[in-house]
Amino acid sequence: MEIQRQNAVSERGVLRRFGEFMKGSAARYLGSVFSVAVSVLAGFLTPLLIAGAVDAITDTMNGAGGNPVNLPGFLAGWFNARGGAEYLARHVWIVAAMVVAVSLVGGLFQYLRGKWSAEASEAIAERMRTRLYKHLLDMDYDYHVKAQTGDLIQRCTTDVDTVRRFLASQVIEIFRTVIMVVLALWLMSSIHVKLTLISLILIPPLFGLAFWFFHWVQKLFREADEADGQLGAMLQESLTGVRVVRAFGRQRYERDRFDARADDMHDKNLRISEVMAVYWSGSDMLSMLQTGMTLLFGIWYATRGEISTGNVLTFVSYISMLIWPIRQLGRILQDLGKSMVAMRRCYEVLDAKAESDTEGAGEAPLYEDIEFRHVAFQYDGKHPVLKDVSFTVRAGQTVAILGATGSGKSTMMNLLQRLYDVSGGEIRIGGCNINTIEKKYLRSRVGYVLQEPFLYSRSIRDNLGITQAEADMPAIERVADITQSSGFIAQFREGYDTMVGERGVTLSGGQKQRIAIARTLLRENDILILDDSLSAVDTETDRAIREALKEGRSAGSRVPTTFIISHRLTTLADADLILVLEDGKIAQHGTHEQLVRQEGLYQKVYRIQAALEDELKQEVG
Amino acid sequence: MQYQQEQDYTKKLDAGLWRRLIGYMKPYHKHLIAIMATMAVSALCDTLFPLLTREAIDTFIGDGAQSGRLWFAVRYIGTVLLQSACIFTFCRICGKAENGINRHIRKLSFKKLEELSFSYYDQTPVGFIISRMTSDTARLGETVAWGLVDLFWASAYILITAVAMFLLNARMALLVLSVMPIIAVAAVWFQKRILASYREVRKTNSQITGAFNEGIMGAKTSKTLVREEANCAEFSVLTGKMRTSSIRAAVFSALFFPIVSSLGSVATALVLWRGGNGVFSAQGLVTVGTLAAFVQYATGIFEPISSIARIFADLQASQAAAERVLSMLETEPEIVDKPEVIEKFGDSFNPKRENWPDIRGDVEFDHVSFHYSTGEEVLQDFSLKVRAGQTVALVGETGSGKSTIVNLVGRFYEPTKGVIRIDGEDYRNRSILWLQAHLGYVLQQPHLFSGTIRENVRFGRLDATDQEIEAACRAVDAEDFILKLEKGYDTEVGEGGNRLSTGQKQLISFARALIAKPAIFVLDEATSSVDTQTEQKLQAAIAVALTGRTSFIIAHRLSTVRSADIILVIKNGRIIERGTHSELLAQKGYYYTLYANQFREEGEKRMWEEIA
Repeated sequence: MEIQRQNAVSERGVLRRFGEFMKGSAARYLGSVFSVAVSVLAGFLTPLLIAGAVDAITDTMNGAGGNPVNLPGFLAGWFNARGGAEYLARHVWIVAAMVVAVSLVGGLFQYLRGKWSAEASEAIAERMRTRLYKHLLDMDYDYHVKAQTGDLIQRCTTDVDTVRRFLASQVIEIFRTVIMVVLALWLMSSIHVKLTLISLILIPPLFGLAFWFFHWVQKLFREADEADGQLGAMLQESLTGVRVVRAFGRQRYERDRFDARADDMHDKNLRISEVMAVYWSGSDMLSMLQTGMTLLFGIWYATRGEISTGNVLTFVSYISMLIWPIRQLGRILQDLGKSMVAMRRCYEVLDAKAESDTEGAGEAPLYEDIEFRHVAFQYDGKHPVLKDVSFTVRAGQTVAILGATGSGKSTMMNLLQRLYDVSGGEIRIGGCNINTIEKKYLRSRVGYVLQEPFLYSRSIRDNLGITQAEADMPAIERVADITQSSGFIAQFREGYDTMVGERGVTLSGGQKQRIAIARTLLRENDILILDDSLSAVDTETDRAIREALKEGRSAGSRVPTTFIISHRLTTLADADLILVLEDGKIAQHGTHEQLVRQEGLYQKVYRIQAALEDELKQEVG
Repeated sequence: MQYQQEQDYTKKLDAGLWRRLIGYMKPYHKHLIAIMATMAVSALCDTLFPLLTREAIDTFIGDGAQSGRLWFAVRYIGTVLLQSACIFTFCRICGKAENGINRHIRKLSFKKLEELSFSYYDQTPVGFIISRMTSDTARLGETVAWGLVDLFWASAYILITAVAMFLLNARMALLVLSVMPIIAVAAVWFQKRILASYREVRKTNSQITGAFNEGIMGAKTSKTLVREEANCAEFSVLTGKMRTSSIRAAVFSALFFPIVSSLGSVATALVLWRGGNGVFSAQGLVTVGTLAAFVQYATGIFEPISSIARIFADLQASQAAAERVLSMLETEPEIVDKPEVIEKFGDSFNPKRENWPDIRGDVEFDHVSFHYSTGEEVLQDFSLKVRAGQTVALVGETGSGKSTIVNLVGRFYEPTKGVIRIDGEDYRNRSILWLQAHLGYVLQQPHLFSGTIRENVRFGRLDATDQEIEAACRAVDAEDFILKLEKGYDTEVGEGGNRLSTGQKQLISFARALIAKPAIFVLDEATSSVDTQTEQKLQAAIAVALTGRTSFIIAHRLSTVRSADIILVIKNGRIIERGTHSELLAQKGYYYTLYANQFREEGEKRMWEEIA
């Protein structure tokens, strides 16, 4: 779709602009990052405590109970003042209690990290979704005429979710890994520089391996996804066409085809699991070797008295804590690109220009004469659809419009709801230029029934009541009666509570049209447009509906100025004014009586239809 | 069709269900056993590392041994290599088992689908079947293969660690193990809630997708009705719900790990306290190395426990998928051949064509009644004799039961009472495939398969030559448009044939039916509009198709109806009029009205095309 091309957004720009969604959640988010730091710190403290205990015990056993304890400064002082290693060794429970305490504090912050990052990222995702949804509804009619539904939905759902995941876990995970590495480096090198270097020697290759592998394996994943998609498509096609398959007795053939697809998908996925097996076992081996090296060299240094036993254990703990996040980091960095793309795709939707409205125009009366003055219209400034259309209608009159497909009938009606604005000339309602009337107000008073109306997936009652939330049941039943819908509604087991749409019954085209007319009639309209909205209804029901509408008129209630587009002359014949549209111009206008006497399209249609009736009479005798 | 709610949650873990399911995975049982064995070795390696640490500390640092370092390093590296080999092996076998099980179950399911009757398809939306065949199946393979990996590793690890700890120091072992039940209870409690809350999130998420779908598809209507604000307000409620439920799920997950690991730290603390005292009070009983090993065991113990908790929660969550797949695999087709018929004529996958009798095309309904499994009565005591070569037209409003009769002819359904005879023989005494292979079938909405035009026509008869295919296309006057396409007969028609117009698809489906040289022809005529030129071609194609074969037509075109030998007029599932065209017109009944309406409609359509 063109719209996205025009609004290409650069990725760095996207990140900068993203701040607007962070608003209101930044504090939580920072809190979450802070909590990560605290929980990492706590996690690093436990091995130190254990090392302190182990060393104190060793010292005491070796008769060096008077040694200072091997604990971080702020704790060491307290023990040293009470006799150093021996005191600690005799009171290990203090350290044990500290281990639990530190774990609790670390746990608390780990919890806060999860809670706060979820609260922040979910709030951001909510803002994005709401903005996207609102923006889509704010787009003009034309946008939706051209929109690609599937693509838009994907942007609003999958892409938003990718961004959410990016914020909720990826960013924080990267942050955590960096803190861990820095902290580990600092703590370890302050104990023993050489052992630190040995302990980290395999870390860069591990990271590089992960980074490279997850880049490389993406290709395989894509292939497997494609095979998966093909299997799904084949299934979809074969099952939808199951009647054809059976009718030709092609069960065997289809089974072979399916099996081939299933084999293909199996092979592609198996290939992934094979390379995964190599990667996991290989990188696990590196990780274990790294731990082993730390242990072996640590012990070597320990026997030389360069490092205490406790500290060797600390090194081993730190290394095993570090390895996993670093391996994950390679994977996360590979995924970052996807998050940026997702963010950009969301912005492309948001950057499409929304429909502007004429604000504060006041509520002009619309039950007035309508005048088209030299109205012209063209889409995209190129193809003229309407040329110099002029006519006047009195309030409450009925105007019928006849014309071949593509003659500009619907476009003319679109202009009356300002779904499009005129390109030339003007439309006046009660002398007031339509362009000065607020669109929302105009649309709320001009009832427009589309040829292919959309029903919402909810009950029939709610679909009817959608134009007027406070409508009561008698009112709803009344409009259902007018549109001859009561009959088929009553046939559903759940009557008015029957669900329609995706999760309910499928209504026929004619039934949908009748519901759509009914829901429009439920509210008060100054102008009513039936844009070929009885096309799928049979001739008799069409007549019954029009008669019911007329009854309302004779019963004295105010009848909106009505525009009817139809191909059926019977539908048009009793209009006050009939317009014949040819090639975007009004070729003829007048009443039925006038038009049948004039040479032109109307007469032609009239004659052919009369001839058809004659033919029919002859045939059936 | 009644909408079926996808049930996604059953309360209790049903071991029988899983056993039945694993029964279906027979070719992979050896893989599953291999997985268990590998995981036991892997768990053993994991238990060895703390012991190696202990040994290193006690011998090299504690006792100051100078020799044996190399031997130690060899053993350490040996363990690393063994463990890596285990990881490699279980990844491989598990991948094989997972993918193999998926494929196996999919193939079994598809075979079953090809056997199931139309009544199954009438009641089950295609989307549901597809999700059973794809996501549900994938989930089963994953749950069984990887669940087994985790389960075996975790149980073996706990067992071997327990043994190792008892050998080292029984008292400390008891201390560590005493924390285990508490961790287990907490883990199970949390895993259940975490899964349930994520299920809630997924549900809300699909509602949001639905809302976007409706918002976009219905945008034009919403604009004309000025529904924008109301829609946004409704949507806000949904996103609000999404946020609340997502945060709830995240909070459960965020609580889980800290709580379980804090409980784990209690084990560490107990070991430290007890072990620390042990080093002194019972001289020599606990070495520093042992203490270090215990600390490692205690730190590591909560992981396998939460693993096991997760597997059980997972099994429970996958159970609905398992139930759905099993119910599909175990559905019995309603229409099956009798054993003696299969014996003689073969089944749908392995027909014995050499035994098939020829078919002439006489069709007789003898006091046939039919009602759907829902109880809806469609035919009652219906009798009709159609001689070979005659055309029967069925007319009436949509949904009045016309398709039931043609489905009975094709044995897509069978009469609930009475007999249908083909060439004087009850068709249940012949195989389903025999009848359907002699059936030409053209549907209202022509369904093509992705592939070339040639392949689509060949679907009618797999051994048809290119010349025969082209002849069939010429016979229905489709060659013109085919040759105008980029690659002629080798043009890809796209998914479902969507690159062709409706009229073109219809012509191809006629050619496909013709090439099968059917004795009985069934046509569900389209109501959809095609241009006059295509319409003429279609009528000609119909005329070609009808010549010389018994035909049943759900008719909309006047031309088809007029030329039929027998017309059945159906209203609300009852045959209310029957006769020839002129007889029925003379009756001036329901047929008369239908005919007049259709006459006007076709006339007006022609007129507008001329005008435009």
